[in-house]
Amino acid sequence: MSRFVERHPAWALVTIIAVAVALWLIFAVWPPGLEEAIGRKRVFLNAVFNGITLGGLYFLVASGFTLIFGLMRNVNLAHGSLYLFGGYVGYAISSSTGSWILGFVVAFILTALVGVLLQVIVFRRMEGQDLRQTMVTIGLSIVFADLMLWACGGDFYQIQTPNWLIGPIELPLVTAIKSSGEPVYLRYPMVRLVIFIASVIIGVAMWLALNRTRIGMIIRAGVDDRDILAATGVRIQLVFVAVFAFGAGLAGIAGVVGGTFQSLSPGEDIRFLLASLVVVIVGGMGSIPGAALGALIIGLAEQLGSVYIPTYAIVVTFLIMVLVLAIRPQGLLARR
Amino acid sequence: MSLAHDAPVTVGRATKTQRPARTWPEINNPAAWAVAAILLIMPLIASSFFLIEIFATTLILGTMALSLMFLAGYGGMVSLMQLTIAGFSAYMVAVFGVSGNANISLGWPWWLAVPMALALATAFGTLGGALAVRTEGIYTIMITLAIGAAFYYFTNQNWAIFNGHTGINNVATPRFWGVNWRADIPFYYVVLAVAALCYFAVEYVSRAPFGLALQGVRDNPRRMAALGFNVNAHRVAAYAFASFVAALAGVLQVWNYRQISPGSVSVGACIDVLIIAVVGGITRPIGPYIGALIFVLLRTFALDFLVRLGLDGNRFRLLIGLGFLAIVFWSSDGVIGLWQRWRQHQRREVGRASGGGRHG
Repeated sequence: MSRFVERHPAWALVTIIAVAVALWLIFAVWPPGLEEAIGRKRVFLNAVFNGITLGGLYFLVASGFTLIFGLMRNVNLAHGSLYLFGGYVGYAISSSTGSWILGFVVAFILTALVGVLLQVIVFRRMEGQDLRQTMVTIGLSIVFADLMLWACGGDFYQIQTPNWLIGPIELPLVTAIKSSGEPVYLRYPMVRLVIFIASVIIGVAMWLALNRTRIGMIIRAGVDDRDILAATGVRIQLVFVAVFAFGAGLAGIAGVVGGTFQSLSPGEDIRFLLASLVVVIVGGMGSIPGAALGALIIGLAEQLGSVYIPTYAIVVTFLIMVLVLAIRPQGLLARR
Repeated sequence: MSLAHDAPVTVGRATKTQRPARTWPEINNPAAWAVAAILLIMPLIASSFFLIEIFATTLILGTMALSLMFLAGYGGMVSLMQLTIAGFSAYMVAVFGVSGNANISLGWPWWLAVPMALALATAFGTLGGALAVRTEGIYTIMITLAIGAAFYYFTNQNWAIFNGHTGINNVATPRFWGVNWRADIPFYYVVLAVAALCYFAVEYVSRAPFGLALQGVRDNPRRMAALGFNVNAHRVAAYAFASFVAALAGVLQVWNYRQISPGSVSVGACIDVLIIAVVGGITRPIGPYIGALIFVLLRTFALDFLVRLGLDGNRFRLLIGLGFLAIVFWSSDGVIGLWQRWRQHQRREVGRASGGGRHG
């Protein structure tokens, strides 16, 4: 941190000012002039919270993607299909048993199994041939998409939120002051906050597992140089299968989350594939903190963009990607 | 990083037949003459449905895939945005030219609108390429896919220029010298001429100094840089050339369907172009056209075929996906690769038989 300030004083100043402005916008009561200029504070706060929670969802999808890429150099363009598959499984389980949590568990296990099958049957045969693997994942995503269309049809599905999470929660953030002088607090859907907190916990747990455990050490060593790692006697194929299963399982969990937040339909797989692509391009391929930062940036940009410049929301996301590529082609938090 | 790297067949062929660099390979090939003759007299043989829906569509899609083949085969850059460039050029024809959406279209005559569209689409593709060459290999796929997807969502959201998800309809097609160039037979010849032009241009460029340098960059960028070639400039120039080819195909496409909408620049369609190029084979310019023919035939007849087999006709994409997987699994050079392997096999058999006879 201090090294960053020493090396880039101007950027550090810009960052500090931006953070200060953002904090002021979130916590202060807006003066009337500002409300006239850019609209009500409630709208802004809602967009920010939607952006952050959407970022949590993007992180769940993209972290599996980036983990798989980092270790195996495999750009899994079927990752969106795994997301949608997890969502459909979660819908089927939660609507038949009525248990939302069980939906997560089963979706994780089943998508992880699909991941294991993919790694064992398909990708192990073409190790080291990046481009061919990518082509195969494209083919697989087409096949999966059509199989799911066959099985589930083109309808929209939404996973029922459990009763104990329905309804808004009041946050200690003032959106406005009534004429009587009474402050109005922000009300926000509880389920989104719970899911966001859960994704933060998953992210922190992943970071801890990668940096503080023996398995994490093996995986990090594999990211740096898998040949030497294999030469030291680690059974690398087992590690590959485990990481692929875990990454796929995360996509499955994300599918259930996405099915609760939004809805599931054919085409969502491409949308979330694109989102995770942009997130990892912005954050840096193969880096978990990068995926978190990228997911936050893209989620916020998408939601704030769709509120304030609705016709060009997608362009904002895209411009961020272009900017990152132009300044730091390897991504914001990648080492290289 | 090229797909051809793991293709032992092509390496063998290249070392075996060192043809002189300055002649066209087609001249001494009777099969090429036969195909050219058949294509020229096609309007006499085929019904108008076959002429436009099968052959003209094949040539248009093949030209788009040709631009991808040029980048992937000679430059080692797999770009998924070639369809996006074609779609951009199609949109520009509709925006600058005459269409049913009078509030959007500027109403320029076609001979002004088309060069404008070509120039803008080439600029668009070159810019995208300049962005993509900052990365390599699989990253290129991701970035170009992201560009393509962003364009798709943008056309869906933007109403001022792209008219949202309804797109632009009733695009006017050129009429001059007393000919309606969108009538079936003239249009077929226009498409054929453009496709042939692009095909021979790609073939020429691949053997010109620029193309040879590009192939050098594909095989070993570091060594080319050490020899004094500007690696990135060659790559961006390759993108510019491929964008122009794709833009030409885009103009033909909008004339063919007389409308353009976000559906025709969707991510699935971008990937279709990759499928076409890979299924046909990306080491030679003829590959994309073969791939396009297979794709169009499958798309048109798979439904009837599947129903006749007693299966669900809607599973056409499943068939395409499985076919694509099979090709990627078993042949690194698409249908061309399969055919070449088969021919080599035949030749070896014949060689063994005749050789054995002589010695015996």
